Amino acid sequence: MELTGAQIVVQCLKDEGVEFIFGYPGGAVLHLYDALFHQEDVKHILVRHEQGATHAADGYARATGKPGVVLVTSGPGATNAVTGIATAHLDSIPMVVISGQVATPVIGSDAFQEVDMVGITRPCVKHNFLIKDIKDIAETFKKAFHVATTGRPGPVVIDVPKDITDPNIKIPYKYPKKVSMRSYNPVVKGHKGQIKKAVALLLSAKKPMIYAGGGVILGGASKQLTELTRLLGYPITNTLMGLGGFPATDKHFIGMLGMHGTYEANMGMHESDVIIAIGARFDDRVTGKLTEFCPYAKIIHIDIDPASIAKNVKVDIPIVGEVKPVLETMIALLKEGKNKPNKKALATWWEQIATWQALDSFAYDRDSEFIKPQYVVEQLYEVTKGDAFITSDVGQHQMFAAQFYHFDKPRRWINSGGLGTMGFGLPAAIGVKLAHPKADVACITGEASIQMCIQELSTALQFKTPVKIINLNNGYMGMVRQWQEFSYNSRYSHSYMDTIPEFVKLAEAYGHVGMRIEKPEDVRPALEEAFAMKDRTVFMDFMTDRTENVYPMIEAGKGHHDMRLRVAPGTPIDRELA
Amino acid sequence: MRHIISILIENEAGALSRVAGLFSARGYNIESLTVAPTEDETLSRMTLVTAGNEQIIEQITKQLHKLIDVVKLIDLADSVHIERELMLLKVKTTDETREEIKRMCDIFRGKIIDVTSKSYVVEMTGPSDKLDAFIAAINNDSIIEVVRSGPTGISRGENGLRL
Repeated sequence: MELTGAQIVVQCLKDEGVEFIFGYPGGAVLHLYDALFHQEDVKHILVRHEQGATHAADGYARATGKPGVVLVTSGPGATNAVTGIATAHLDSIPMVVISGQVATPVIGSDAFQEVDMVGITRPCVKHNFLIKDIKDIAETFKKAFHVATTGRPGPVVIDVPKDITDPNIKIPYKYPKKVSMRSYNPVVKGHKGQIKKAVALLLSAKKPMIYAGGGVILGGASKQLTELTRLLGYPITNTLMGLGGFPATDKHFIGMLGMHGTYEANMGMHESDVIIAIGARFDDRVTGKLTEFCPYAKIIHIDIDPASIAKNVKVDIPIVGEVKPVLETMIALLKEGKNKPNKKALATWWEQIATWQALDSFAYDRDSEFIKPQYVVEQLYEVTKGDAFITSDVGQHQMFAAQFYHFDKPRRWINSGGLGTMGFGLPAAIGVKLAHPKADVACITGEASIQMCIQELSTALQFKTPVKIINLNNGYMGMVRQWQEFSYNSRYSHSYMDTIPEFVKLAEAYGHVGMRIEKPEDVRPALEEAFAMKDRTVFMDFMTDRTENVYPMIEAGKGHHDMRLRVAPGTPIDRELA
Repeated sequence: MRHIISILIENEAGALSRVAGLFSARGYNIESLTVAPTEDETLSRMTLVTAGNEQIIEQITKQLHKLIDVVKLIDLADSVHIERELMLLKVKTTDETREEIKRMCDIFRGKIIDVTSKSYVVEMTGPSDKLDAFIAAINNDSIIEVVRSGPTGISRGENGLRL
């Protein structure tokens, strides 16, 4: 079979089983777009901005576990994709981004729409390639998908100069069956001796904590994590990225930890004597002040990436390997072994945790005359029966979503945890909806974040991806405002917008349904109405309490035990806002 | 502490910038870097001198390993090793100093490889501190130019860094 470079690219995508490609055409990729035109296997989703393409592909990848695929043109098309590539990189999301490049003879001459995409993306990809010969296309694509999806996943960029896809040059095509890279062999199984030591340490614990992150979800190890936790009977906390990796409604789950985690999870970490970190990377938003992090604990750390181990926190028993096989080995050892967890100590530990739980650190004023953002998320949880795919943007609404939507299944909670990219939620929701057309998909956002990628409302109409947008509109960049209130003596420097658009009209202009909800009693009926409209995208603009803050909070530079809690529930809020 | 990291890396365009970019992005310090293809043309060997505490060096080696193009690496500081640096040094000469510089060169086992009526070029190899000592021994005013390759190194004994 003789194919042109452009046809080879499309054929590689077919051979990789790619369903969707998210992209935006331009000069350098016209040959590629022409090749896409002649086939129907790979469906192209035309976004309205390249950032949207990367986030949509990212949402698709997070919801399915399959790599998201993006196609953008050279120059501005490529640079617009960078934020989304970095977003995927920090959360280890498998993605393959094909960027057009100017023709090889003019590379380096500051040609029209030329940027050094390989150079620009080098620090925010797992790997990248510049294809210089049509003969290298198939092998490069095979490698790119292999690298993106194995080991610790991540985005891979393939820069394709225009002349490589020249319609007049054809060569025989064969997609490699296997890929072998002498420089890339990720470890799969953990070291058995280390795992044995870890099990012994776990069983010796009096105040154990299981701290599980996004690696559990990426590694498809939720089942194993659940089994291990129940077998041990230990308390478990999830990171923001790990939510859904363990069922939130299970009695062992004590909530998210970190900056806006529960009092019990953070105090549990602080007082613990043995911590097992599973697919988590001791991010600064989790650990707080490193010198005060878990002062009494011995730490076991399971991670596929050796560089994650001992990066921020020194660990006692490192285990490099995929989470799933390591947990399977642990479970088998626990079942075989004679030693069991210390029941008496554990009962005392759970009693201690119960006293922390009694504080009810997420409590908020339920009698407020204003719509509380927490209340909206709670109602959303009930209306969708806890089974929706929830994407979010970044800020207070993201934390409220993480705190109040209880995820029982993996891959349901889709947010930009590492990079914290505002504008992520809507395009990600479109990607999720394409992957799961029958599922409820909601994007929890705020009036600031949503405007960063609002143009994708148009994509949602064209490709019939009816998602529900839950806009928690408090007229502020809420998280910025909260920090300014706490740390800058309420000087609300540029954290509010005087000219917020009328979202109902905006949604209607894009061909969708718009709703504005102003009273607490209207929240539930509005959500029910919106979710009953299965085939419509509904923009729900909730006018929420402008003064609400996310509690508890570990302020920057403080330890887990030093949390800022809400004043006693029900205390009237008399803060003056600008 | 000073470490010499020896790296086998795919001899591909951009491989060097991946290593250099890693160091600048993560705020590690590169004291020197030498690179050249090996007897196997698909591989380059890089010798990188850096400094840092144990934790930083551990991260540097792990992060280098993580680069897809890096095939193998060792920290030579972990074992007994030999290191050498090449220096080319151009000095002003006069009738009075010519003999003295020649003698210094012999003491340091350097070679004079270019001679004009007003200058010498001295070639010298050795551990970096020997080269430092030679520079210190020469009158600073007479030095025209110093070119140093940065250290490169190899472990002692029968084991080697190869595929």
